[in-house]
Amino acid sequence: MTKEFIGKRIKRNEDPRLLTGQALFVDDVDIPGMLHAAFVRSDYAHAKIVSIDTSTARQMPGVVAVYTAEDMGDEWQPGPPLVSPPPTVEDVVFHSRRQAPLVKDKVRHAGETVAVVVAESRYLAEDAAEEIWVEYDPLPAVVDIEKGLEPNSPLVHDDLESNLAAHLSQEKGDYEAAKAQADVVISKKIHIDRGAAAAMENRGIVAHWDEKGQLLTIWDTTQAPIPIRNGTAARLGLSENQVRVIAPFVGGGFGPKIMMFYPEEMLIPWISMKLCRPIKWIEDRRENFYATTQERGQVHEVEMALTKDGKILGLKDDFLHDTGAFDPYGLTIPLNTQSHVMGPYEIANFSSEFKVVFTNKTIVTPVRGAGRPQGVYIIERLMDAAARELDIDPIEIRKKNLIAPDAFPYSHSIIDQAFAELILDSGDYLPTFEKAIEMIGYRQFIEQEQPRLRAEGKYVGIGITPFIETTGVGPYEGARVQIEPSGKVNLATGIGTQGQGHFTSFAQIVAEQLGVDVTDVRIITGDTAEFHWGTGTFASRGAVVAGNAVYAAASGVRKKVLKMASKVLDAPEEELEIQDGMVRVADIPRMSISLGELAAQANPLRGAVEPGTEPGLEATDYFGPQYGATAFGTHAMIIEVDPETMLVEIKRYVTAEDCGRMLNPLIVEGQVHGGVSMGIGNAYYEQLHFDENGQLLNASLADYLIPSSMEMPPRIEVGHAETKSPLSELGTKGVGEAGTIPVPACFAQALENALQDFDLEIAETPLSPNRLYELLYKKEQ
Amino acid sequence: MSDLFNLSLTVNGAAYERQVEPRLLLSDFLRQNLGLTGTHVGCEHGVCGACTILFDGEPARSCLIFAVQAHGHEVLTVEGMGTIDNLHPLQEAFWEAHGLQCGFCTPGFLTTLLPFLEENPDPSEEEIREAISGNLCRCTGYQHIVDAVKLAAEKMRT
Repeated sequence: MTKEFIGKRIKRNEDPRLLTGQALFVDDVDIPGMLHAAFVRSDYAHAKIVSIDTSTARQMPGVVAVYTAEDMGDEWQPGPPLVSPPPTVEDVVFHSRRQAPLVKDKVRHAGETVAVVVAESRYLAEDAAEEIWVEYDPLPAVVDIEKGLEPNSPLVHDDLESNLAAHLSQEKGDYEAAKAQADVVISKKIHIDRGAAAAMENRGIVAHWDEKGQLLTIWDTTQAPIPIRNGTAARLGLSENQVRVIAPFVGGGFGPKIMMFYPEEMLIPWISMKLCRPIKWIEDRRENFYATTQERGQVHEVEMALTKDGKILGLKDDFLHDTGAFDPYGLTIPLNTQSHVMGPYEIANFSSEFKVVFTNKTIVTPVRGAGRPQGVYIIERLMDAAARELDIDPIEIRKKNLIAPDAFPYSHSIIDQAFAELILDSGDYLPTFEKAIEMIGYRQFIEQEQPRLRAEGKYVGIGITPFIETTGVGPYEGARVQIEPSGKVNLATGIGTQGQGHFTSFAQIVAEQLGVDVTDVRIITGDTAEFHWGTGTFASRGAVVAGNAVYAAASGVRKKVLKMASKVLDAPEEELEIQDGMVRVADIPRMSISLGELAAQANPLRGAVEPGTEPGLEATDYFGPQYGATAFGTHAMIIEVDPETMLVEIKRYVTAEDCGRMLNPLIVEGQVHGGVSMGIGNAYYEQLHFDENGQLLNASLADYLIPSSMEMPPRIEVGHAETKSPLSELGTKGVGEAGTIPVPACFAQALENALQDFDLEIAETPLSPNRLYELLYKKEQ
Repeated sequence: MSDLFNLSLTVNGAAYERQVEPRLLLSDFLRQNLGLTGTHVGCEHGVCGACTILFDGEPARSCLIFAVQAHGHEVLTVEGMGTIDNLHPLQEAFWEAHGLQCGFCTPGFLTTLLPFLEENPDPSEEEIREAISGNLCRCTGYQHIVDAVKLAAEKMRT
């Protein structure tokens, strides 16, 4: 029998390098002759550029070049659209406006790139950047998305009639008819504000144009090296084979690192070709706050129609979505919100219209969750309000509406972010819901602990939130697996890695197919010279899409191994087994050959081979799912609110998650823990505060608070269930975003529960101690 | 350009002499002048803790120190803790407990924890959380880091 590795808690292959400072990150790339870039960024959120004076800067020591948009001449062009607008919905409006490498006439958000200095060191580049004088003619800024659509609003893009970037409506059934039959209609207006992804590593890029070799090598902190290669080649008039993009170890992605093209990504390779020198640019934390994409700003007006016993008849959700100054990522986020606002519930009648609004703020593209947390927040706020209105237990009202296990594959009858029908491939929602209820001891808490603690003057509350997460979307990924004469196995795949453990979970898949050790599989991710087909790491798709491509390629090699060994050992394939790096005839140990020897024989140096023979023990294969694999689960928490300071302590945190078949539960749990910490930030600590001029007021890690070890609950208890996806051989579903998605919803529920004496209704996120105080104070007035 | 300063210091047990500008940050000096890129820079304002090194045995933010301030002092970076083939028990524990994901913040955690564990051979979870409260990690939610520290304490006691 071949050893099983899938599903095992295996420590990671990549860790020794990371633990000893020997892993290559982009900022570690050092090339002789390398120059350093620093940017001049807009101080204003919205202003006309009157003039740019670079004359002093150009004369400064160590300065090699200075560029403005004018200096780029005909080579100035905006970035390509990353995600095209949806073709399949009637009456869709979409105005594509994309960021440029350097601003030409008008800045549209604070931090936009206005000029770049290239110098012998970063210190000298920054010195010179300080001496570039930009004269601005400030304009009123569009900050608030509701005001942004008012007729007298200033315009972010003057060629448009309004700040409307996109408009899309979707219908299922007949909401108005459902509403007419309802016993009760719950309506709410809900505000959701922006946060930052705040990966610990800022962005960075090194570009090296080798004039003699006519090759451009780029090290980029991107989640999508292959599209960056293809787009860069197209922009610079190079063949795709002349561009190699390497995404080495990347210090956290969380979405914004899949934005493409950032202005710096367009410029640095272009400058390298202009100067025939290697160029490095590393983003600093302040730049990261202004120039790296953000997410979550939406305003919803929503209503839900129910029967008096709590059955949902219909849901109507009209919302505005803040896209910032440009909309390169199309409609992915608001479509994800629409796709999750029905949550895990059976809702026959649905109506939703969204308007995407341009604002004078940093560009919006997906951040871990990508529109899903908003959808979950909306539906769960309504479920709580309905439970309260109808005096039904919040658990019972949810149970009553969960999609039944025999309904899968379940179509929500709207289109999703891939512009395809939103189909939930598989699921069994009640067991994870009940598991979380049991793990946290809901009944005991409600019936005993809470009354006891309340009598002691403690404000404790509980939240229980089921959710779904569409994961593992197409189009496809690929992998190449090869056994070397040494017996070691090489695996190359196109997606990049930002800490998800690909070097281990993918090795587990290969090792199980080829009877080698997990540590015998050498993995390359994110190097276009090694593999050049694929799209990238996003949408919780690595384990699903790349994972199944790895499985397919490894299976292909396994077939070749068996076929060849059958000839060499003169035994039928059915009698062969692969184990410990050897192919053996079962029960006859002396009839065996090592994989390495077989690989050597598969690549002969002399002699004839049969026509049609492919050399080596190698296979390349791809996986493209018909549609995504939908993961699900339930989060639950118990909190205590300090009524003096409004600090909230999370006493217990429980998740029951189902991400299909787990490749490595240790890694799955790590993903969940990290996701929850980001969700806790989203719920109570992390909010980007823009003033009325579009200036970000908390652009540092001292002012923008991401959770430390002290804000986290003592334990995140993770329970698992495995409902395999029928869409792939491995049956995997994604889990990268699952930890984050339901947290703000669950937190709001727990807060309302803890503060029920005050009859507080929460209709916004993120919250904070200050904001909670304001809400309670208003209530008291 | 400002005058250069003759800097001599000890890093990971080796003596170095270099001429540096007075404004050069210690983090940049270690990374750029000495090629010790295991020390990572995450915020350049002393909050995230990724650039933490040991300065005469005490954890310090190398992004808040000028290289010239290290003149005559001893610095330990993550490269001085252990090697791939000979990991420090603390590094081993991080590996076994899955105490890292992207690994960018990890060197700062390790250097923060090394003296902590020497002074607190059997820390409670609360003490561990407090010890790492000045180091930000965006990937792990800290739980596996706490587990790793407990495991490391056990390893280092025996």
